[in-house]
Amino acid sequence: MATTLFDKLWHEHEVMALSERESLLYIDRIFLHERTGSVALNSLLENNRVVRRRRHAFCTMDHIVDTLPGRSDDTLMPSGREFIVATRSAAHETGIQLFDIADKDQGIVHVISPELGIALPGLSLICPDSHTCTLGGLGALAWGVGSTEAEHALATSTLRVIKPRNMRVNFTGALGSGVTAKDLILYTIRSLSAAGGAGYAIEFVGPAIDALPVESRLTLCNMATELSAFTALIAPDQKVLDFCRGRRFAPEGSVWDQAAAHWQALRSDEGACFDAVRQIDTGSLKPQLSWGTSPQHCIDWDDSVPAVSDAPDEKSAMAWQRAQDYMGVTGGSQLSDYRLDAAFIGSCTNSRLSDLQLAASYLRRTGHRVAKGVKALCVPGSGQVKRAAEAEGLDDIFRSAGFEWREPGCSMCFFAGGESFGQGVRVASTTNRNFEGRQGLGVRTHIASPLTVVASACAGYLVADTSV
Amino acid sequence: MTPFTQHAGVAMPLRRGNIDTDTIIPSREMRTVSRSGLAAGLFAPWRYSDPDARSENPDFVFNQPAYRDASILLAGENFGCGSSREHAVWALLESGFRAIVAPSFATIFHNNAQRNGLLTVELADSAIDALTQWVSADPQCNTVRIDLDICTIAYDPHQAVLSFSIDATTRNMLLNGLDEIGLTEQSMDRIAAFEERDQPTRPWVYLEER
Ligand code: SF4
Repeated sequence: MATTLFDKLWHEHEVMALSERESLLYIDRIFLHERTGSVALNSLLENNRVVRRRRHAFCTMDHIVDTLPGRSDDTLMPSGREFIVATRSAAHETGIQLFDIADKDQGIVHVISPELGIALPGLSLICPDSHTCTLGGLGALAWGVGSTEAEHALATSTLRVIKPRNMRVNFTGALGSGVTAKDLILYTIRSLSAAGGAGYAIEFVGPAIDALPVESRLTLCNMATELSAFTALIAPDQKVLDFCRGRRFAPEGSVWDQAAAHWQALRSDEGACFDAVRQIDTGSLKPQLSWGTSPQHCIDWDDSVPAVSDAPDEKSAMAWQRAQDYMGVTGGSQLSDYRLDAAFIGSCTNSRLSDLQLAASYLRRTGHRVAKGVKALCVPGSGQVKRAAEAEGLDDIFRSAGFEWREPGCSMCFFAGGESFGQGVRVASTTNRNFEGRQGLGVRTHIASPLTVVASACAGYLVADTSV
Repeated sequence: MTPFTQHAGVAMPLRRGNIDTDTIIPSREMRTVSRSGLAAGLFAPWRYSDPDARSENPDFVFNQPAYRDASILLAGENFGCGSSREHAVWALLESGFRAIVAPSFATIFHNNAQRNGLLTVELADSAIDALTQWVSADPQCNTVRIDLDICTIAYDPHQAVLSFSIDATTRNMLLNGLDEIGLTEQSMDRIAAFEERDQPTRPWVYLEER
């Protein structure tokens, strides 16, 4: 029978069926971080359990640790030190591999797991973090869980999972120049809605996907959680194999050959049946910008903010009104009408080398500097990204244009009580969430691609790069 | 885990769609490596006009005397979207909530809830609208009763009870307050057998102890 890629992976990991819809799935890799992983590890220890396969579990410090140079266990977030110390001691006690603050491979969990070959095509991987779906970009079966589920996986190498349905999203047409995977996923969320993927595992297909570099696929799948999807997947191709080869935890020699052959077969069969199919035309796609407080509140960068009176129903009208009040924007205006206060390049969505190269190329090409009064930050996703960027001189380009150049981590992608932009500050951000207060109390986040963020930082207002 | 069989209590309407876990419990309210001490941070961005000073926003429903002891939340679609933080569930439980009724839930939130004995009930938007209307008329008197044994919600004595459907496994876990890890541990031999047959096919999965 013709089978979908997701169903193949599901079947491959099924230890046993538990009921008609629920299975016990084998979990190949577990990744933890100090924010929610610490809770799972502590609880495991309190319950006198051990990590069943400690070589399959990894941990990083990314969420709470500062990204300022000279950082230590002390953090700007009050009580952050407690998380860091507790995570370190639990990692040591359980014997799992920790990428600690000073480790050369430390970084944002979803950036370092592909980088280190911990995430590989076809592997099942869980992390107590909703953006674990990022790794679907390699063809991994990866999804976010809670701390209790993470503890379950640590103790048993398995999870009890209710099977989601299959959705295929088919992108027709190629991406225009200056249009990135970030624009593609924002447009997809805008089209399908923030709940549009609920209950589904999504497979992204189409010529636009085939053409995407691997890092862009990670960006695309990163925001599947903003569709409320179980996860997203892209079938691994030669590009992905080339990307994975030689990574620290990837197989070598004859085992590599065996793995590569196995991975090449990971694709949906011709005629496989999906429970839902969506078509998205990408040919005329423009850079996207969010205007509101849900990732579905997106428009083409040069469109007007929608008027509340145009909302499809009463509930949306109320939501739009709230969002516009919070964001300090009004229906009918253009986003370029508002003064920008800050710009943030970073996060598990857009902090890989290609993202930094894209933003830096804008600075190099135009010679523009960050506009007066705009606070601009560039936070590489990992130690590896940072070193590679520095080897190309990107740090100098960012610094001389007026950007701060930081140590790797989540940084101001989210607000944990420490560093923030400040009440009412308008930020162009390459992150994935524009929720109220996500980047700090009263902070107004506009999500966009690295290219749009850097162009906006230099303009002093929200604008796409039209020079390409 | 506390089992869930029946529960009756005050229902609090908060009918916005896409209420995310950052709003249910902001990151800055998760101050320790612990599952407790979270109640005061529940809905902090909406509940307080100044979260640091804890000055209450009187307009927020949870601050109104009639809803202070609410134990059932009537919400909007895609409740619990966003971050996977289980703290959202722990904060709700610690604040006295036993059940959330919404047109739909984000998957991770739903899974977290079930593993902690917090019932999530999916009902049609229009049914929750009617429920909201009835509850709002007199929140303290017009209490709602949920029975997981027979999967019903009873409210207005003049109305027929509402039936809901719930996955059989989830229902069983909740009714019996089962510890999933303990349950899975009974299948350890099956897991070992899986590994034995899987290892030759996918040797790269099994990293050496070194
Ligand atoms: S970068 Fe942001 S979204 Fe990604 S894992 Fe860190 S906090 Fe979460």
